[in-house]
Amino acid sequence: MSEAMLKREISLTINGKTHALAVEPRLSLSDMLRDELRLNGTHIGCEHGVCGACSILLDGVPIRSCLMLAVQADGHNITTVEGMCNEDQTPGILQEAFQEAHGMQCGYCTPGMLISAQALLTENNDPCLEEIKEAIGGNLCRCTGYTQIIESIQLAACRMREAD
Amino acid sequence: MKAAKFNYILAESIDQVVEALDKGDGEAIVIAGGQTLMPMLSMRLARPETVIDINKIAELSGIDVAANEIVIKACTRQAEALAAAEVRTRLPLLAKAIAYVGHQQTRNRGTLGGSLSHGDPASEIPLAALAMDAHVCLRSAAGTRQVAMADYFLGPMMTARTDNEVLLSVHFPIPLAGARVGTAFHEVSERRGDFAVVAAAALIHLDANGICTHAALAIGGADSVPLRMTVVEDALRGGKPEPDGIEAALGGIEAALTPGNDQHASAAYRRRVARVLAERALKDAVAEAQK
Repeated sequence: MSEAMLKREISLTINGKTHALAVEPRLSLSDMLRDELRLNGTHIGCEHGVCGACSILLDGVPIRSCLMLAVQADGHNITTVEGMCNEDQTPGILQEAFQEAHGMQCGYCTPGMLISAQALLTENNDPCLEEIKEAIGGNLCRCTGYTQIIESIQLAACRMREAD
Repeated sequence: MKAAKFNYILAESIDQVVEALDKGDGEAIVIAGGQTLMPMLSMRLARPETVIDINKIAELSGIDVAANEIVIKACTRQAEALAAAEVRTRLPLLAKAIAYVGHQQTRNRGTLGGSLSHGDPASEIPLAALAMDAHVCLRSAAGTRQVAMADYFLGPMMTARTDNEVLLSVHFPIPLAGARVGTAFHEVSERRGDFAVVAAAALIHLDANGICTHAALAIGGADSVPLRMTVVEDALRGGKPEPDGIEAALGGIEAALTPGNDQHASAAYRRRVARVLAERALKDAVAEAQK
């Protein structure tokens, strides 16, 4: 095995906490989050960039964590679905809205949906229907038919505006 | 669905990339945004010995505006280009095309250079670049060369870029001052954000009298490479583009395309959709130029 195949030291911030670890170059960021750090909130659906379940925020913008190598996350700031809770670990506004408005059934797509919705509402807390559809366009759900997910995001948006 | 082992080089300079590609002798590959390469690695459709990461090379990222062209560096994210004022105002066809590329999660990582290096016959950025008469700058140990989009696409996922070359930048000419410019991009895909089944890009210049001085129509997904429809362009240039004239000019388009049959669509469907999208794109581009 050549030296370049060996594990590489990386350091990154995840949900406000700094992690330093050694990873093989071929390890995807999604596998690192789940297998190395046990942040199993990030789900892996297709592993080739189609389903959106593994979405995370990289320096504040949503990306698919299965389409990035863990080594490439060195020095970056990541938010996973675990980072969307309140400080006391109770569900955040979006998570609560998904629960109340039945924005999930099997729950597989939910972490990715929450991340995409969070990215949208951080930029715009009064999105129109088309903007919500565009924001979650890269996340597949095979249960809900999307209507309740959209309603959940609208509910969260309404609460965020009230909280402002 | 896990990548095979590979050597990883986090390149700090273009020279280092070129040296590693040369040393790799066809077994080394560049990773930029990874939106195409990562799935290929996961599915082991690609098993390179060495992956060369160009994300940390500052001179490969950003947009430069020169007198007669806008230069977009290879590692510039699609989202960054889409948000850039100079792209929206001066390269509107590119902005319209990028809006169809994947989703926000993929545009935040995906790069212009990556899309052009991959050369999928149905992808949007290569199609817009072809319609806009762009060229790319390629670098290898032997030196730097420029290749026009017209000479760049050789076959499905095959381009004039050789295994030991890295794409540095894509150069888009800026229309001459005074021309009234109209552009349009249309596509049919199975779901929003998917690869196009067929896509059409149109770019029209009109003079002060409404005469067409330049017409570009490019079709993707309906042949082994994205293609300019020169037979249509020739018919439009020099006249006033009226709806009847556009429909007549499109007469030769189906014969100019050799689409494939696959699980997504038949050849006959692709031909028909190409003609419909071409008509929409040309009419929209003309209407925009006439505004």
